[in-house]
This record gives sequence, structure tokens and C-alpha cells, in this order.
Amino acid sequence: MATAGFTESQLTVRDAVSQLCARFPNTYWQEHDQTEQDPADFHAALARDGWLGIALPEALGGSGLGISEATMMMQTIAESGAGMAGAQSIHANVYATQPLAKFGTPNQLQRTIPNIISGKWRVCFGVTEPNTGLDTLRLSTIATKQADGSGYRVTGQKIWITCAQVAAKMILLARTTPLQEVRKPSEGLSLFCIDLDRSQPGLEMRRIKKMGGRAVDANEVFFDGYAIPADSLVGAEGQGFKIILHGMNAERCLLAGEALGLGYAALAKAAEYARNRNVFRRPIGQNQGIAHPLAEAYMRLEAAKLATYHAARLYDASKADESIRQDEIGVACNSAKYLAAEAAFAACERAVLTHGGMGYAVEYDVERYFRECLVPRIAPVSREMILNYVSEKVLRLPRSY
Amino acid sequence: MSALRILVPVKRVIDYAVKPRVNKAQTGVETAGVKHSMNPFDELSVEESVRIREKKSAPGGVEDITVISAGPTKAQDILRTAMAMGADRAIHVEVKEGEDLEPLSVAKLLKVAAEQHKSNLVILGKQSIDDDANQTGQMLAGLLGWPQATQASKVEFGENDSVSVTREVDGGSETLRAKLPMVITTDLRLNEPRYASLPNIMKAKKKPMEKKTLADFGITAERRLKVVKVTEPPVRQGGGKVEDVDGLVSKLKELGAI
Ligand SMILES: Cc1cc2nc3c(=O)[nH]c(=O)nc-3n(C[C@H](O)[C@H](O)[C@H](O)COP(=O)(O)OP(=O)(O)OC[C@H]3O[C@@H](n4cnc5c(N)ncnc54)[C@H](O)[C@@H]3O)c2cc1C
Repeated sequence: MATAGFTESQLTVRDAVSQLCARFPNTYWQEHDQTEQDPADFHAALARDGWLGIALPEALGGSGLGISEATMMMQTIAESGAGMAGAQSIHANVYATQPLAKFGTPNQLQRTIPNIISGKWRVCFGVTEPNTGLDTLRLSTIATKQADGSGYRVTGQKIWITCAQVAAKMILLARTTPLQEVRKPSEGLSLFCIDLDRSQPGLEMRRIKKMGGRAVDANEVFFDGYAIPADSLVGAEGQGFKIILHGMNAERCLLAGEALGLGYAALAKAAEYARNRNVFRRPIGQNQGIAHPLAEAYMRLEAAKLATYHAARLYDASKADESIRQDEIGVACNSAKYLAAEAAFAACERAVLTHGGMGYAVEYDVERYFRECLVPRIAPVSREMILNYVSEKVLRLPRSY
Repeated sequence: MSALRILVPVKRVIDYAVKPRVNKAQTGVETAGVKHSMNPFDELSVEESVRIREKKSAPGGVEDITVISAGPTKAQDILRTAMAMGADRAIHVEVKEGEDLEPLSVAKLLKVAAEQHKSNLVILGKQSIDDDANQTGQMLAGLLGWPQATQASKVEFGENDSVSVTREVDGGSETLRAKLPMVITTDLRLNEPRYASLPNIMKAKKKPMEKKTLADFGITAERRLKVVKVTEPPVRQGGGKVEDVDGLVSKLKELGAI
């Protein structure tokens, strides 16, 4: 990757994180992928050196950097060979804590954030539901307020919740007013930061078998009258959607960075193999049929990189500059996620093909990257929904759904 | 015991993991566009200084850890790294890329720096992995008239400013005892340098970095040495395999080695 144009702090982050990641080589991730074992020591190593607090306020033990630096961190992690598995093992800790830090009460923050930064508590993010999918506003998990004021009882089902098995906390989006009783679907949603106490009644989870990133768990989570205290509510009741939007653009940037990292890692492996593998008594990379697609993959990654760090910069700058519009940031972050995911996919696919049969062997890593590179195309928002968004918001075309 | 004021010279060199290539002009190793980092032996020096403070192993405590580097502007990166590892302050002596100092000039510069900073302990890498000269520490001790212990694998402090240094020598280890002020050079077994944590990287940005020139130390970059030519070592011929001892003996005979 060309590093011209990055700030000094981004380069410092890149350098320091890649040093740390060097202790967790590709073989570590191969093994964890095969045994489906959580990379707990990797999470712990990042926590010990303070990386989980990269974009959290200094007053709470964080380092007060922006999404521009956090994106660089996520890219560097994925690029080290840790891939999406490594990234996902900490992803929610970095970004789902953003709305909490912004809207939580001082007491909530003091209680939770330092424990998350130190790695004592891991976090997962619970939004997606099986029956509503991308139509987030129609989600139906409900948190019912108890008459005695003791708190809420949660009932409903979440799906694809990454790291729920190992998390102590969940940032949960649930309805506090049923859909039938609100004027607009965006109303009546509330955000909670809840304990995942498996010894309490009404909480079950089931691991989902999946294609890639097998080291980290993804789960169906079932709530059935699960009790949470009143002070798990983050921000005002009914304002959950607005609050969570704050984190979503940041998440798009982080995921774009993760996709880029995976793409660059795959490309590096492919180029190395193409230089060294001799068939017909010359390196396969001498064939333009091998070289050109790799060159193209590089240019796509570079272009997506510019889009990604542009979006992150806008996001960070908007904190001090009110002339930057929210929809402008939304378009930039969504575009970046889309472009980075597609560029990563192209690079990973090419990397497998470049390796020929060895591309299919676990030992060469690119099959793992390839399996993982579909995630940024699907989550947290699909390619189609981004195309819908840009059609509607930028091109002012009629909404199709 | 006196409180320690430690001076730690550090150098920016080609990263140890990079495979060096000879430049086109055959005057040295190609440095353009190559990843650079702190000389690994210097990381040991920084780490050791910080550990002396953290473990309170010196009875008088550690009053100050100053890192110093002479090199291009980019050398400030490794000074920041050293401060992120725990050094208190840094001095950057601007020397243009390509106008590298010879070991004796560096030693003269460090002598003045040690005097200016009232240092009583200088911990250096035993060598830097670019030129592998292994001279600076020894020359510095000579110029200062201080005792020296090179290639340290262990440093311990006693009463009355005494310092015991275990050093690696052919066939084993040797322990030297000397009194402050002194010069120590580090070897690989001394410690395992830490990774800078993010909060410490952030703190390092706020630590003071003095910017100086050679003139501030009354030094000129004299050239006593002339590099005639640098070439790649000859490519090694692959070895042959023999079945057993007899095979080995007959092979050696065949080659006229015995
Ligand atoms: C590995 C992984 C980890 C995840 N981790 C988390 C997590 O931690 N927390 C969490 O909350 N969620 C998580 N998710 C869920 C993820 O965000 C969703 O899978 C994603 O938002 C897509 O929702 P869905 O699967 O319900 O797809 P659906 O909504 O069922 O969509 C299916 C397909 O239909 C298309 N489609 C739907 N509507 C339209 C339309 N109007 N126009 C055009 N096309 C349309 C979609 O683009 C998609 O291709 C994760 C998913 C994966 C795969």
C-alpha cells in the first residue's frame, strides 16, 4: 500500500499495531479458524497495550483519537493475516462503544468504558433480527418497562451476533414502543447497554456454523422476558435509532478498513507467489494473464483506500465543523464500504486463482482470506442497500422499496 | 548512591527484517524507500533504562532518561518510539541523509551531550546493524575517561555507585564491577524490549524533543574513512549430502581437504 498522504498518527498506529500483530502469525489464525477457537489472547494483547480505547475519550482511559486512526488500526490487523476474524474479535469494542461514550450518563461511562478498554469485558452488538433483516426499523425485539420501575424485560430474537459467546455486554437495539403504536418506524426504538448474564432466566444463545472467520462466534440470541435494570438504557427512551446512527457511519469506515487490509494481504501473497513459482521454466508472474489482474486489483484497492480515508476524515472533521452535512458523511462512508469490499473481493479471488491448486490449500492462507472477504460485502449493510441509498440520496431517484 | 541520569543514544537504521541490497553506486546499502526502525540493540538500551527505573533496581533511583539521535529528520520517529517506551526526553541532532557520521564523531558528540546533561550512565547498543562497527561505546568511554562494560547481558546496582555487569565473552560470561559514571553497551540477551502501548505513544507526543545541530556540540562531520567499494557477498554454492561417515571422509579426500 502507498502510505503517502497519511497523517503521522495514522502511520504511528500502523507501525505499532503491525509490530503487535507480528506475534500472531498466519499459522495462529489458520489454527484458530480450524478449531473455531476464540482468539482471546489476541484480544487481550490489544487490550493490554491500550488499543481498544483508541477512539474513546481520554478522560475514560482512552486515547481520544479518531475514526481515521481506528480505521487504520483495523486495516493493519486484517492485513497482518488476522483477517476478518482478528478484526471481528475486537470490532464492536471499538465502534459500538462510540454511541455509548457520546450518550451515556457519567455513571454509565465510569462503570463500563474503563472495563471495556482494559479488556475485562468484551462487547457485542445486537441489531440484526431474523424476521426483519436489513429493514432495521421494523425490528421487533421489545423491552417492556416494569411497572415497579425496576427496569425492563426483553423479549425477542437477534441473529448473527458476533462474539456473543465471549461478550459480557451487549449494545442492544430494541423497541420500547411497539411498531403499531408509533407514527414513524424510526420512533420507539431504544438503545441499551446490557449484561449478558447466562445464569439469568430468559437468555439463550446458539452458535451459527459459518463459511469464514470461524475463530469468532456468530450467534442467534433469544430473549424471553430477560430482566435488565433501568439504568441499562443509553440516552433517552425512543431515541435509539438516532443514537445508533452515530455509530453506524463509523462502523462503515472500520469495515472498509478491514476489507482493505484483507485485500492487501491477499495481494501481497499473490504477488510473492507469482514471482517465485516457476512453471514452463519461468515465473508465472511473467504471464500478463497473471500479472495484469493483480495490477488491476492493486489499483482498485488504492482507489478504495482513498475513498475510505476520505470518509473517515469527513467523519472526524464533522465533530468540529458543522458545515459538514450528515448525509454527506453517510454517502462517503457507505461508498467507501462498498468500494473497499468489492476491491477486497477482487483481490482475494485473484489471489486464489494466482496460486492455482495451492490457492485451495489452507497452508497458503488465501483460501481463508477469500472465505472471509464476503463478509464486508454482506454486513453490516449489503451492497444492494448501499446502491439503493446512493440512488436515492445522491441521484434523487425514486425509492424502489 | 547517586540518582541515575541515563543517556541513551539511538540510531535509525534499515529494519532488521529487510533484506539489504547494495546500491547502484556500490558505496553502501540501498536505503531509499526501505523500511527503517530503531537499531535493535538500541531498543535493548532503552528497555534496560526504563526497567532500571520501573524495578527500582538502582538504590538512588532514576532521575532522567534522555535519548539522543543524530540523523535525518526521520530520526525523530525513533526518538518518539523511545519516549513511548518510557524515556523522558529526546535530543535530535540534525544530520543530512547520506552525511553519516563516523563512530569517532558520534563518540565526540555523545561526550559533549553526556557532559551537558550531567549523565552518569550511558547505555548504548553494542553496534548498529547497518555498519556493524562496534566502536562507538568504546570510543566514548575512552574520550570521557569512564569505565566501560561492553556486550552486557545483565546489569545490577550495588551500594556506593557500584555497578556489576555480566557480559558475554567467548566460552561463557564474565562479570565486571565498576563505579559510576560509566558506559555500558547492550547485547541481545539483556532483555526483551516492550511494545509501546497506545496511551504511552500518545504521552510521548507531549514529551520534549530538543532540536540541535552538530555545531551546537562543537562537532564537524569529519571524514577519516573512505569506503572504496561495497559488493554483495558471493552467492553460496549449495552443499552436497553424504550417506554416512565413510561417505564424508571419501568426499573430503576427493576435494583434497584431508
Ligand atoms: C459474519 C457476520 C457477522 C455479523 N455480525 C453482526 C453483529 O455482530 N451484529 C448484528 O447486529 N448483525 C451482524 N450481522 C448481520 C448483518 O448485518 C446482516 O446479515 C446484514 O445486515 C444483512 O441482513 P440479512 O442477513 O437479514 O439480509 P436480508 O435483509 O434478508 O437481505 C437478503 C438479500 O436481499 C437484499 N435486499 C433486501 N432488501 C432489499 C431491497 N430493498 N433492495 C434490494 N435488495 C434488497 C439484500 O441486499 C441481500 O442481498 C453479521 C453478519 C455476518 C454475515
